Amino acid sequence: MSGPVTRFKSPVRFVFDVPAGPTVSRFLAAVAEGRLFGQRCPTCAKVYVPPKVACPRCGDPLSPEQLPVKETGTVTSFCVVNVPYEGQTMKLPYVYASILLDGADIPFPHLVDAEPADVRMGLRVRATWSDALGPTLESIRAFVPTGEPDAPFDAYKEHL
Amino acid sequence: MNRCAVIGIGQTRHAAKRDDVSLAGLVREAALRALADAGLGFSDIDAVVIGKAPDTFEGVMMPELYLADALGAVGKPMMRVHTAGSVGGSTAIVAAHLVQAGVHKRVLTVAFEKQSESEAMWALSPKFPFQPPLLAGAGGYFAPLVRSYIRRSGAPPEVGIKVSVKDRKNALKNPYAHLLLPDISDEVVEKSPMLWDPIRYLETCPSSDGAAAMVLAAEDSLGGVTNPAWVLASEVRSEPTMFAGRDQVNPRAGRDCAKALYAGAGITEPRRQIDVAEVYVPFSWFEPMWMENLGFAPENEGWRLTLDGATSMTGDLPINPSGGVLSTNPIGASGMIRFAEAAMQVRGTAGAHQVDGAKIAMGHAYGGASQFFAMWLVGRDKP
Repeated sequence: MSGPVTRFKSPVRFVFDVPAGPTVSRFLAAVAEGRLFGQRCPTCAKVYVPPKVACPRCGDPLSPEQLPVKETGTVTSFCVVNVPYEGQTMKLPYVYASILLDGADIPFPHLVDAEPADVRMGLRVRATWSDALGPTLESIRAFVPTGEPDAPFDAYKEHL
Repeated sequence: MNRCAVIGIGQTRHAAKRDDVSLAGLVREAALRALADAGLGFSDIDAVVIGKAPDTFEGVMMPELYLADALGAVGKPMMRVHTAGSVGGSTAIVAAHLVQAGVHKRVLTVAFEKQSESEAMWALSPKFPFQPPLLAGAGGYFAPLVRSYIRRSGAPPEVGIKVSVKDRKNALKNPYAHLLLPDISDEVVEKSPMLWDPIRYLETCPSSDGAAAMVLAAEDSLGGVTNPAWVLASEVRSEPTMFAGRDQVNPRAGRDCAKALYAGAGITEPRRQIDVAEVYVPFSWFEPMWMENLGFAPENEGWRLTLDGATSMTGDLPINPSGGVLSTNPIGASGMIRFAEAAMQVRGTAGAHQVDGAKIAMGHAYGGASQFFAMWLVGRDKP
């Protein structure tokens, strides 16, 4: 043995069993049937999709009523990812976008399936569902452009 | 509240890979330098407060457990702080609180990251349950915010490039800076690959191994130190990752944190009264974004400070004379380096990147999804 020992490989692997909890469980069960819904905060009236147990702003439990939301929405902002990294499963480049569904008051992140150069803030998109539905937002394969005119900046400027 | 001052500062050599030291060796290098700067030894220290970012960055669970002996903490109080990227700042603030509360006379505070031992992109891109695997590191998360800022403010596209060039030129005067790019220019930055559109490769921080340490002392325990940096005020704020109507570009927690900080130090005109600031800018566009969040510029006009040269070494508010996070980024230590560099400025020990006559300096750090903020103001004159 000669020379210093500088490095050795020490792999770490995490596998967790994560319970969804009753609120998210109801939502994921709907997603597994190809359906989305929101829930409203009784205090500030904001609609959360996916629903949460409580409003992060007011602290109150969201009303249990399942409010229908549309499968169409607006890209509020986005990033074109060109960076590979260990363990990445997405094919590059891809568009990671914040999508504000019509009827929701908070955007959530998802994939936009379009040429990166054609994606814009305000782009109108529609969910396309995977052939294999399950209790995960991966049941939405991606959002695709609807072809409608872009939403005006004022329509989503409060959601950046 | 008792007065507290920084009397010792130490940084490691920061590099992409510090193969010559273990985690323990790395933190000890910074700690011994801070103690030497203060003219003290481990036996003079009452307690140790340590910080770092997520454990997945090195794959060592609770590293503070095994670092106690390397930091001379055996038989003393030792605690770890964790607030994501802002941790280096909040760690220093917890240490300051222990002195200000009169619990301890001298506290050693250390923050570190040894990013080469894992891959930060992997560590910051967990596969969240029930969601598609779209996360792509910090850049992937922050790029949409940068895009939103550009759209909202109408800033010209070259602002991010200018920040990148400024900070890399400043780094050339800092012997501790990791990334040295003597041939940096607008053109070189502009032509670098677009990693997370709209963030280019050269508008992105490096991945560093490094640590920083400070000795904080009560007024009656300064030892022989004649140029302490007095802690004038410090604040920490947080907010949820997501809520309806959250302004992620100009987060309320940051605005509130700065406002309380200024009130605590009696600052009424931050742009005029603060001489220099070390601000956590891991992606170039965060300079103008934080100028607004910190109240140095009105909303949507932070970019003018960059373009007007106000934030350069010769401007009226130099930002990141050290070269900043864009030049050196051991994540957990990056906030403490900001706090320490601010202290160096008012102690007059910043060497070639000294801002002449700096009397009041700001250290700033943020973390998580722009949701944790830690800030302090340090001064040359005793408050």
